[in-house]
Amino acid sequence: MPAPPGGTCNHLGKSQANMLSIKDLHVQVEGKDILNGLSLEVGAGEVHAIMGPNGSGKSTLGYVLSGRPGYEVVSGSATFEGKDLFALDAEERARAGIFLAFQYPVEIPGVSNMEFLKASVDAIRESRGLSAYDAVSFMKKARQTCQDVNLAAEFLKRGVNEGFSGGEKKRNEILQMLLLEPRLSILDETDSGLDIDALQVVATGVNASRNVDNAFILVTHYQRLLNYIVPDFVHVLANGRIVRSGGKELALELESKGYAWLEGELA
Amino acid sequence: MGAFDQSAAIALAQQSRGPAWLQAFREGNQTAWLASKWPDRKTEDWKYTTLAPLTESDYMRFGAGAGAGDEIDAGFYEINGLECQRLVFVNGELSPELCRLGQAANGNTLVRFSEADNRQQQLINEHLGTLAIPSHHPFTALNGSWLEDGVLIHVTNDEPLPLHIVHLTRPGAQPFSARQRLLVVLEENVSATVVEHFSSDDSSQNCFLNGVTEIKLKAAARLSHYRLHLEQQDAIHIGAVYASLQRNATFKSFLLGMGGRLKRLDLQVQHQGAGSEANINGVYLCKNRQHIDIHSTVEHELPLGTTTEIVRGIVDDAARAVFNGRIHIHPGAQKSAAELSNRNLLLSNSAEVYTKPELEIYADDVRCAHGATVSQIEDMALYYLQARGIQRNEAEVMLSFGFINELINSIDHEPLQLKLRPLLSDWFGRDPRLTRHLP
Ligand SMILES: Nc1ncnc2c1ncn2[C@@H]1O[C@H](COP(=O)(O)OP(=O)(O)OP(=O)(O)O)[C@@H](O)[C@H]1O
Ligand SMILES: [Mg+2]
Repeated sequence: MPAPPGGTCNHLGKSQANMLSIKDLHVQVEGKDILNGLSLEVGAGEVHAIMGPNGSGKSTLGYVLSGRPGYEVVSGSATFEGKDLFALDAEERARAGIFLAFQYPVEIPGVSNMEFLKASVDAIRESRGLSAYDAVSFMKKARQTCQDVNLAAEFLKRGVNEGFSGGEKKRNEILQMLLLEPRLSILDETDSGLDIDALQVVATGVNASRNVDNAFILVTHYQRLLNYIVPDFVHVLANGRIVRSGGKELALELESKGYAWLEGELA
Repeated sequence: MGAFDQSAAIALAQQSRGPAWLQAFREGNQTAWLASKWPDRKTEDWKYTTLAPLTESDYMRFGAGAGAGDEIDAGFYEINGLECQRLVFVNGELSPELCRLGQAANGNTLVRFSEADNRQQQLINEHLGTLAIPSHHPFTALNGSWLEDGVLIHVTNDEPLPLHIVHLTRPGAQPFSARQRLLVVLEENVSATVVEHFSSDDSSQNCFLNGVTEIKLKAAARLSHYRLHLEQQDAIHIGAVYASLQRNATFKSFLLGMGGRLKRLDLQVQHQGAGSEANINGVYLCKNRQHIDIHSTVEHELPLGTTTEIVRGIVDDAARAVFNGRIHIHPGAQKSAAELSNRNLLLSNSAEVYTKPELEIYADDVRCAHGATVSQIEDMALYYLQARGIQRNEAEVMLSFGFINELINSIDHEPLQLKLRPLLSDWFGRDPRLTRHLP
């Protein structure tokens, strides 16, 4: 059962049933405070948008949730479907259903995209007690999904993200999201650097997979994406904290007024 | 007689039954061998490579080739799907029944020294030992001292089929030595592919293989050269490849060295004509207590030459790899462009790499770059794979594989790619679950 949304104060919501519950999270990178008491509640079936100035800690949030080494949790907690997220390794979090679409996807020359996708899908399916695809049916599925994100099938043969254009890398992230069917997808600026068509592709991908059991956190700088993927909540992250939450109209307000408007909260 | 000593090697040389027309060549090399100093730790070029394994057993006899009834698995000498002309030597002796020789339709020559006709003998005498100078390298002198037979490849017209020369070693009743000698001459404007393939069967090996290859590319000739050292880890191999490039010639070489008890390869490329191009990709893989040492030297003697040399190695366990890459731009070799990179991945705390790129530049208008790195698997890539649910140890194997496979991808001949990729996955395959997603 999806939990009832927590309204505009969602980030302070008390619901126990939420998919993701982050409480007063403090995170350091190389001894520097990046997240400073961030709280956020995400329920199944919800789409949350996170906006905020450069350097405010948006990517850091995605990294710390997905288990990037070097991101040190100083205090606070994150619970994902009842599990203490920070007790899990990166691969265990992915298997639990967390997916981060990277702001800067990593190039891995020499490992073909196909081998990588198969390894990933097999690992995730295995953890869910599902059998691995055989090579032929996986190939079919991967090709079909390539079409869905408007990526030529030849990208399956190339090295992972190797020499892909910015937009192709982003589509490859969405391709992975569609294949892995995560419970919680965190899309870190997946819309940046995309042409209009690619933006549509991303939006279609998200909207098509959106259901009552999964959730999305969209990190974005542009209200434009939110015309295509309508969020339930919009949050402003500044100085490592959520300083304002609201409905989709908050994004429009930010678009016209800029972050200076929130000066008070930013301090 | 225990240790490997110089006079024992000469005594063995005297048992060689090589053709009379090579006698002067052999004697010159024997003189050089006797005058050369046995390399030790103080010898700069052998600082990190001990020859002790050569002195621990008595190798002072030559091996016997394949017997009549011997069954040899084709996997040890064939490369699936590679349409080629093939010569197979077993323990240094030709095995005619394993060879595959088509018609020399193009007027090109693939012949053993022992069967060379007058004209071919002349060609051999003209070129043999002109790049592999015996006084410059003791094991080159040893190779010449022991010379009994060899292979001549003389290309006068474009040769479409790769020439595949296999040296397979199998265990002998006692430790033994085997020799390999190849001379490749490409006339002006022609192209060819030569695959030198060293392998051994699966049992434990007791062979010391000593090989020398000389390659001469005349103006605008183009050679694709492969040198694959795929022998078992207890094999000993000390070999050298010498190439000279005349004007606008192209030398594209791919080296692969699986580590062994003692493996050493010297590669020397001389740009002797303006505008020649050398493109060298190399890979070494070393684990357990294996040792490999690659010494490469590229001489730019004339202007406008280019060299791109990319060598990557993975060293695991308590293995040791040595890479010495020297690029020497002579005065007057203006507008030369040379780039050398050596990257190493260390998979264990007790693995060792000694890498030393050396640039010596005596011309002012040149572009040169070199770099050597020794590192662990990159954190960000590892995290990316883990963030996709892939188990850490499988991710590590995938990344190591990719590091080398990137160079294998650059091989022009697909059958060779298909031969080498599984070897690479096997190399990591202590646990098949970790390699199940690799080709
Ligand atoms: N390794 C590091 N060492 C020091 N500071 C770091 C490190 N990694 C990140 N930071 C800092 O943490 C802050 C937050 O970075 P983060 O990438 O989370 O910002 P962001 O909100 O995603 O910005 P953008 O909108 O530009 O993507 C930045 O000031 C950044 O410089
Ligand atoms: Mg960011």
